[in-house]
Amino acid sequence: MTQEQTVTLTIDDVKVTVPKGTTIMEAAEMKLGIRIPRLCYHPDLSMQGSCRVCIVEVKGMPFYMASCSVEVWEGMEVQTNSPEIRQARRDIVELLLDNHPRACLTCDRDGNCELQRVAYATGVRERLFAGERKRFPIEENGTAVDRNPEKCILCGRCVRTCAEVQGVFNLSQQGRGFTTVVSPAHNDNMDASVCIQCGQCIAACPTAAFTEHDNTEAVWKALADPRKHVVAQTAPAIRATIGEEFGMPIGTPATGKLVTALRRLGFDKVFDTNFTADLTIVEEATEFLNRFEKGERLPLLTSCSPGWVNFLEKFYPELIPNASTCRSPMSMMSSLLKNYYAEQVGIAPKNIFVVGIMPCTAKKFESRRPEFISKDGVPDTDAVLTTRELAWMIKNYGINLASLPDGNFDSPLGESSGAADIFGTTGGVMEAALRMAVEKITGAPPENMEFKDVRAVEGLRERELKVNETLTLRVGVANGLTNAKTLLDDALNGGKQFHIIEVMACPGGCIGGGGQPYPPRGYRILDRRLLAKRAEALYTIDGAKAVRSSNHNPAIKSLYEEYLGTPGGKKAHALLHTHYTPRLPRGVR
Amino acid sequence: MKNTTIVTDNREEVRRRSIEALTPEIVAFIETCNQGDHATSNLIGALHRVQHHFGYLGREQLDAVAQLLQVPAAKVTGVATFYHFFRLEPRGRFIINVCLGTACYVKGAERVADRLADELGIAFGETTKDGLFSLESTRCVGTCGLAPVVVIGDKVYGNVTPDQVPGLIEKYVLLAQREDKQARESKA
Repeated sequence: MTQEQTVTLTIDDVKVTVPKGTTIMEAAEMKLGIRIPRLCYHPDLSMQGSCRVCIVEVKGMPFYMASCSVEVWEGMEVQTNSPEIRQARRDIVELLLDNHPRACLTCDRDGNCELQRVAYATGVRERLFAGERKRFPIEENGTAVDRNPEKCILCGRCVRTCAEVQGVFNLSQQGRGFTTVVSPAHNDNMDASVCIQCGQCIAACPTAAFTEHDNTEAVWKALADPRKHVVAQTAPAIRATIGEEFGMPIGTPATGKLVTALRRLGFDKVFDTNFTADLTIVEEATEFLNRFEKGERLPLLTSCSPGWVNFLEKFYPELIPNASTCRSPMSMMSSLLKNYYAEQVGIAPKNIFVVGIMPCTAKKFESRRPEFISKDGVPDTDAVLTTRELAWMIKNYGINLASLPDGNFDSPLGESSGAADIFGTTGGVMEAALRMAVEKITGAPPENMEFKDVRAVEGLRERELKVNETLTLRVGVANGLTNAKTLLDDALNGGKQFHIIEVMACPGGCIGGGGQPYPPRGYRILDRRLLAKRAEALYTIDGAKAVRSSNHNPAIKSLYEEYLGTPGGKKAHALLHTHYTPRLPRGVR
Repeated sequence: MKNTTIVTDNREEVRRRSIEALTPEIVAFIETCNQGDHATSNLIGALHRVQHHFGYLGREQLDAVAQLLQVPAAKVTGVATFYHFFRLEPRGRFIINVCLGTACYVKGAERVADRLADELGIAFGETTKDGLFSLESTRCVGTCGLAPVVVIGDKVYGNVTPDQVPGLIEKYVLLAQREDKQARESKA
């Protein structure tokens, strides 16, 4: 065993020793607690070194060096804060700002913009350079994602996230020099491109060059319309994150406060997408058991994540037969609301305005799929709000969510088992399905409801679960579509055999969705520490529930008895299932 | 346990359409590129061939290269738009290049350039609607003694004055008509 090689250098005249291969930025942070400002850098993405904000002075070098990308060497002398370097850094940020709209006051990310923070931190107080500013067409009619290239600072974080984390590679820098623009191929709109609408570019962007397509106006309008019966449904992951927007500690469950806030906003009924998460499990586990008995179309691929469904249709259409035909919990709920619920309360479906509160931008796209729009043009889901949009509406109304009393979801579409809560995190759908499937296979509920083996926020897991003496289930869990590619390619070409593969498009699952709150200070996008805390909130809620398995949710049982018939039956199929088609442009994987 | 039966794959169809958008030679070239470890490093080579044949890089051709080389389309168009050499619009039958190098410039090239743009009704970098002329500028063709210089196709015109411009254009319009006529006759 050779000893790990180390390098000794001085940073701001302090002698430090760090492992070989450490960058200047890492060494300064690790040893001296100095956080050098940065924009394009992200530890989980490839190195770009394009923003130049993190420059430092290195003795003997004729130019300033980007501390994010330069590894330390023996005897290196670094100054992170000499007067010259501070001035240069400020100038660089000022030059970025001078090619940026002066629209902070009206910008979506005002107060939550990394460029704004860096400008403040580096001391930009006046703008001395006035030059030509780039002008580009703004794309504001996306179904899910809008694009404003004028706000882009070409840091490339979206490009790298889209390519490296999601494996989609929809974005690239087009053109060169002053007219360089980040866009899909041919400068196409996002909807016409290979984009899967996951919204991770929005999360990755330090400014507001990417934003979700705003639906708040449509929701305010419906809330103010006396003819509309406005109904909310909230996804499992919202309760774990909305508190962050109101200063609650990260990972604080806020289910009851969320319900109260929605009532105060004027929603007539507040239902829980959790209910249909349970329903999804009953349908999907039934589907799995059927296929398992016949030994066909395995592995079963989960279909709750609309970003993943888009990816499936554009990148892996040959696997469409393997995908569960279950609609997502949101679309199941909307279908029940426009059919079952409409009948129950005697309101015409077109007068029921269904708002999905989702952690997800791809859900906006899903809600506009022709499959989920009735013959008369009435969509099952009328509007989808991201967690961020809802938080803004609550703030706009003047409500402090953190101080609200707890409310309860309306019955019966508001009751759920713990299995539904964990849908919001990677591995959750798998665990929920296993809770039911194991019971159906063995005849008895699993001894331990918690399949901790499939839990973790890491992107890729393969597990073998011993169900009984004769049966071992092989399952795969992937979040982040690059990880999904690995699993799918293994299943397709590598000869690996799985029974079920759960895919969630976003890193960490819905808790890391493209519509979730921007990371609070001290955290960054794709941050595992943040994702783990959010996931913990969901496991806490699950652990505290009396009913932990979807098939034991009494409201689900009675819905089948009084309305749906049998799981996987004719009515259930008509209302709760869907189909997929290969879509163009075909992605390169 | 069977993994999957392929019934919904559109890969072959996408491939067929990609092949149709290119020529057999270009497809063959891309096919040889795909053999090695560094397939994507041949992207520029493939684009060169496409432009050489078609005169420009059309949307269909860019998508076809992306699919056959299995390089994401955003990357292909990123490269195509980065290099000055690559064109995304079709060029005219005759490329008019006005030298705007120092010598030509001081001898009045700008007036010649303006007159060309006026007579053709297009800006620099554009192509006339009839597809006959593209107007472009260059920096020095190495014949400063003839300044100002205009190059049309591979023919160099020296000491060009703005008043000669209509005649020059007329000459090529007639040439095009003659060529077309000959082509029709030889076909018949």
